[in-house]
Amino acid sequence: MNQRVLVIATSFIISFLLILLPLPEWMSMYRPDWVVLVFIYWCLELPERVGPVAGWIVGLLVDVTQTSLLGLNALGLALVGYITNRFHHRLRMFPWWQQAVSVFFILLLYRALVGWIKGFIAPTYLDYTYWTPSLIGMIIWPWLFIVLRDAGRARRVR
Amino acid sequence: MARETSSTDLLRFALLVCLSVALMIVDFRSQYAHHIRSTLALVVTPLQVVATLPQEIAERFNIWFISSEGLRGEHEELKTEYVKLRAKLQKLKALERENANLRHLLDAAETVPDRVLMAELIEVSLDPYTHKILVDKGLNDGAHIGQPVFDPRGVMGQITQVMPFTSAVTLITDPSHALPVKVQRNGIRAVAFGTGNADRVRIAYLSPNTDIRVDDVLLSSGLGGRFPAGYPVARVISVESDPGEAFLSIDAVPVAEIDRASQVLLVWRGVPKTIAPKQDVPRQGAVLTERENRQ
Repeated sequence: MNQRVLVIATSFIISFLLILLPLPEWMSMYRPDWVVLVFIYWCLELPERVGPVAGWIVGLLVDVTQTSLLGLNALGLALVGYITNRFHHRLRMFPWWQQAVSVFFILLLYRALVGWIKGFIAPTYLDYTYWTPSLIGMIIWPWLFIVLRDAGRARRVR
Repeated sequence: MARETSSTDLLRFALLVCLSVALMIVDFRSQYAHHIRSTLALVVTPLQVVATLPQEIAERFNIWFISSEGLRGEHEELKTEYVKLRAKLQKLKALERENANLRHLLDAAETVPDRVLMAELIEVSLDPYTHKILVDKGLNDGAHIGQPVFDPRGVMGQITQVMPFTSAVTLITDPSHALPVKVQRNGIRAVAFGTGNADRVRIAYLSPNTDIRVDDVLLSSGLGGRFPAGYPVARVISVESDPGEAFLSIDAVPVAEIDRASQVLLVWRGVPKTIAPKQDVPRQGAVLTERENRQ
């Protein structure tokens, strides 16, 4: 159990570092939502433990790292947690490509919610580049899934 | 199992939604949420420091390849610049003295020197759709929300979030930022709005017969009470008058190096002598006051 917590914590820490890493401005527009991807994985893997509440807490941390409005990403990740938990039976049965497409739609929903609220706070112009990280997230998903699954297994064997 | 608990799941989710919305409203409308942010920052700040490590290591590595000739050249350059600035400062001191005397004669309020603290940028990526930077001075150094931030050339922005060891600065080019300015040449007041573009601010609501030209320098007017008056903000690059529009459309380039500066200055507004100085004296870092410079 402790081992598992360690794997979860490490994966989240790495995902936070990946969203913090300075990139050239044009690249940072396309940066996938690493934290959301990792969070979706754990929602599928441990649906009885990782859900909206965990998402909300992780989201608050995202808000602080991004210096965005407190509660913005928390709301987004709580939604992601709720939806993923709700459909986790189906999502786990899906073949990998279908799963990736589902993840794409979850990421899209997350971006839509966050972008919509950002529009209230300040005039923000969201063009098509705003949605591309979801697409990149979909491409990354199968690989991320394999990496995290193997990391979890390697730990449990020991 | 999922079917049994789905209603409580929904309830829990609804509660989280309410909580998030409440938190967002509190954070947007007031400064109370900053306690929560400060606590969470204790977890986040170490991560931010770790995220800057690769770049820092690369910079350390680069130092090995700097030639001594290059350094010497740079040293000479800085020396001449120092002498030039010194000379300018002499003149400034005389003017300041004169100004103070005149103000005294007029019985006007004395201008008070501002206190300044240098801060380093923490080079981490923030939300790409806002213009914010993170600096390495926070509550522990006496930074506060609304504090003006400058670079050596001009106004950069203001602090909008303070955490124990870091603060977030909203730049003057952020679409949500507006800054009261005046034209240096004739003192006409205006407001400079951020555009979301790192090298543009927009001057709005000036009627077509206003005397403003290309190359006019805009200074902070100090009218909002947030920025001290008289610091350079931007230089006008285009003034367009469309007969169909009620106002001029004016573009200006920020004087500060908005997207390149790696060191910024936090400014504490000078407090008039009759009022006791504030308690938020920084404990560390290079504190320069105009008074120290004078000696």
